[in-house]
Amino acid sequence: MSFLGRFSLGLLVLSATITAAEAPRLSSDQLAKAVRNDAISIPTPGELFAALTKPGKPNWSGQFRGPIPTSYRNRPQIALNLGGLIADGFIAVEAQDSQQVKNIGTDIIKMAKSLGVSENILGRSNSINDFAENNEWDALQEELEATQNEVKSSMQSHQDQDLVILVSLGGWIRGTQVVSAAVLQNYNEQSAKVLRQPALVSFIHDKMNDISPEMRSDPLVKKVNDQLGALEQLVAFPAGKPPTVEDVRKVHDAVAKVMTEIQQKSDAK
Amino acid sequence: MKFVPLTIIALSLASAGLVSADTDREVEAHKVVLDLAGAFSNDGFKMRDGHWTGPLKSRENALVAVNLYAGNQYWFSVGAVDPAKKIEVAVYDETGNRVTTESYSEGERAAAGFTPTSSGQYYVSVSLVEGGESTYCLVYSYK
Repeated sequence: MSFLGRFSLGLLVLSATITAAEAPRLSSDQLAKAVRNDAISIPTPGELFAALTKPGKPNWSGQFRGPIPTSYRNRPQIALNLGGLIADGFIAVEAQDSQQVKNIGTDIIKMAKSLGVSENILGRSNSINDFAENNEWDALQEELEATQNEVKSSMQSHQDQDLVILVSLGGWIRGTQVVSAAVLQNYNEQSAKVLRQPALVSFIHDKMNDISPEMRSDPLVKKVNDQLGALEQLVAFPAGKPPTVEDVRKVHDAVAKVMTEIQQKSDAK
Repeated sequence: MKFVPLTIIALSLASAGLVSADTDREVEAHKVVLDLAGAFSNDGFKMRDGHWTGPLKSRENALVAVNLYAGNQYWFSVGAVDPAKKIEVAVYDETGNRVTTESYSEGERAAAGFTPTSSGQYYVSVSLVEGGESTYCLVYSYK
């Protein structure tokens, strides 16, 4: 471990709080030029679930869904479902259900293999099982995130760039479905606030419009993409004003509908 | 299990390919920032297994958009390489106003931390205070 790494946060933060009062405001032109990138600008399901847990632990195991098919043949559909499955993995970790983590880990690897991603991913399966066996929940969360990044990295190196954003999108939709359901079960303003993410949906929507015309014309991709504009509006609550129960219900209904379409086997080619 | 930074470093470096073909300087900046961010991991922060590297120019802020959740605590850590001598990290909200942060700065390493009260988009600004044009690497941690 490095010298710096031995220090805890309390010792590290030596300087005073920086107040923002005198700092000049950034122009809209400057903000528009900011870097936006899948690896840093799209939060993981783990971040979303961490925020939801702050006001009180939700009933995570109540958010499990039944097994989904792992034999889709349509590559965009596999990518979307892979993202959703990874979000399921994070839910199982939050629920601290080792058997569920192992089952989902197996399905993730199966789907990733069907997309032809690197053989390296197989090693992840063993790690997930080992960590689940030993109830190492923090390690599992890191392993899931690393698995997701390895899948995306492999897609990029195999000229499957277009699938990367579909994995992120599938994860966001499934994560938002679960969070909105949990908020509805036990509404409080603090929890509801996590659903405000218009810029994130707008970024994903822009990336979807950058994918190849061929993939964009895939019936499922087209259907999902067509609904992103409406979803962006639904999560555009004013800053500082928590969404109401009715607002949350609208978000939940919309993402649940998209999720049903994504996991529907009959849509597979 | 208590994480050791080396585990995180290994995982993060393994996924470095997400940001296409890092140069030697980018890899070096990544190592510098992982060393800093490891300190936050010791306090229960989880480090994102993703990073961004880019050029750091004189009199020009590098801005990176991130999407954050109200209630989480965040630390944004940045490392740069020689000839950068001193860098600074700041955070701005979606309207371009600077937010109040805790901060750490020591030479070519700096960090800013805060807890957003509103979910949404924020901007991490990295600036070169002293030294020559360089390469920086940004990672962030949350809990």
